[in-house]
Amino acid sequence: MTNWLSAAFWTDLAAVLLLRDAGYNTMVVMLGAAALGGAAGAVGVFAMLRRRALVADAVAHATLPGVALGFLCAVALGLPGRSLPFLLGGATLAALAAALGILAIRNRTRLPEDTAIASVLASSFALGVVLLSIIQTLRTGGQAGLDAYLLGATAGMLRHEAITLGVFSLVIAGMIALLFKELVLVAFDSEFARAHGFAVRTLDLIILGLVLAVVVIGLRIVGLVLIVALLVIPPAAARFWTHHASVIVFIAALLGAVSAYTGAAVSAVHPQTPTGAVIVLVAFALLLISVAFGSARGLLPRAIGRARLRAQGSAP
Amino acid sequence: MIGFLQIDLPALLVGTLAAVTCAIVGNFLILTRQAMLGDAVGHVVLPGVLLAFLIAGTTATWVMLVGAASAALVTVILVEFFRRVAGMDPSAALGSVFTAMFALGVVLLEQTGVSRTSFDVHHILFGNIEGAIWPSAVAGPSALLDPAAWSDLPPQITRLAFGLLVVAGAIALLFKELRLVSFDPEFARVSGLSPRWIGGLITALAALAAVVSLEAVGVILVVAMLVCPPAAARMLTDDLHTQVMLSVIIALASGVLGYLIAAFGPALLGFDLSLGAAGTIGLVAGLFQLAAMIVGPKRGRPRTA
Repeated sequence: MTNWLSAAFWTDLAAVLLLRDAGYNTMVVMLGAAALGGAAGAVGVFAMLRRRALVADAVAHATLPGVALGFLCAVALGLPGRSLPFLLGGATLAALAAALGILAIRNRTRLPEDTAIASVLASSFALGVVLLSIIQTLRTGGQAGLDAYLLGATAGMLRHEAITLGVFSLVIAGMIALLFKELVLVAFDSEFARAHGFAVRTLDLIILGLVLAVVVIGLRIVGLVLIVALLVIPPAAARFWTHHASVIVFIAALLGAVSAYTGAAVSAVHPQTPTGAVIVLVAFALLLISVAFGSARGLLPRAIGRARLRAQGSAP
Repeated sequence: MIGFLQIDLPALLVGTLAAVTCAIVGNFLILTRQAMLGDAVGHVVLPGVLLAFLIAGTTATWVMLVGAASAALVTVILVEFFRRVAGMDPSAALGSVFTAMFALGVVLLEQTGVSRTSFDVHHILFGNIEGAIWPSAVAGPSALLDPAAWSDLPPQITRLAFGLLVVAGAIALLFKELRLVSFDPEFARVSGLSPRWIGGLITALAALAAVVSLEAVGVILVVAMLVCPPAAARMLTDDLHTQVMLSVIIALASGVLGYLIAAFGPALLGFDLSLGAAGTIGLVAGLFQLAAMIVGPKRGRPRTA
């Protein structure tokens, strides 16, 4: 049990946050988490604007059967079930299948997109739960490690796992940097982009691909239940600080990175706490701060601006 | 026989009652394009139920209902604040609030140590249908006719029966209005029905269905049952009344089949495994939907031309 009000907790946390007391391993994990948070924040801006956020939620939940199948495959091959490549490989395939399933239902049946999303989410998660309960009864080690994929757990993370996930996140960030202009144009003004001959459909597919990548890479750190939050909350918060399309992407990345970094630090001080939940709460706190004080659309700056206008208006 | 009455009968009752309650409301959620609302409601109820338990110290039905209702209310207020006062995009507002509420629930669960007593995050997520047992059935089939033995039926069953009664009653009473708002919101508006008001009612009923089911069958089965049986039924008919009835039948069938698969499937196939019934029930419902999407007579997109 953590005493959140004790001074010891906050000094420990501060020490870890400032990388003072953190072991090398913890540092690597925190930086890996920050890279993921940054990538998720940036991708989230495009996903939100192209209305892919809910798809991300379904795809994330659908990775559970993939993770479970990856575990079973690894065990069948005599490898330790928790090996990252198998679990993330399974998750990737499941995520792709879910995305295709949603498209197929939307395009080929009378069900609207939100029903398609919700039903893929629910039935694939149910399949995952069934597979998990099978895994729980197997006489093989490492089942407990699978819990980390539900709500995230950076506490037991190995250094090379953190480095792998961090590098993947940086690759995503690099992709965004390369296609920055095109992505911003499609996300913020798709009509203009289409009129000027940009391949909107291709860019939409790229955005969907980036979303899938963030989901899969984020599983271990944030967990599949809450990863969607890292794609939704930082972009929403970023819009309160600026009206500039491209600056929003940077601020969202920064807010995502700070949230994930802090979440990993709290998990380092208190390993019991599910990392994903802490990350989401930090992100939400940043959102509340942005709503109140954001320089572009925050409530307080807006109120001050109005008061000033009124004062000017009534001046003789 | 006694084993069946003590273990399987209560679990079957819990599973099917929850399935049917959620499926009935689900019909209106999918018709009013609010399918993801079920997902959101399932998530936000966690901190509410938990805080209510921490404050009152019991899992009595009314305490859980008050907690869940307060959580739903806080969610609605926060979402509306984000949308109307702060000017956020509706889906961003909903997505931020429901994930944050769920995260709060998860942290509370771990930090307060409740997870080691009567609440378990796994049960909330995956359900604990098998946790429903009926001790008095030790008397054998005569317990079925003995009101004294009914008193120790698992409390989930009373809670679920209450939920089903309210949900089915409200929908039967307001069926005409609900149909109008679902299929023709414009006409509903001009004939003096407020789609907003009816929409709020649908949300409230979905929340009620989620609350009474959540602790018994878990978030995942709640979400599956709100969506899959009605979506399957929608592939089979154009008539709303028939659709609701079909969704109830599909939910019942999923509940019974799913439970039987979980309870007896592995042993029949000679495996030494145990399956969680919440998962198998949800999966069976998903398979029903898949089958309906492939062969259902009304599966296709309506021609718009």
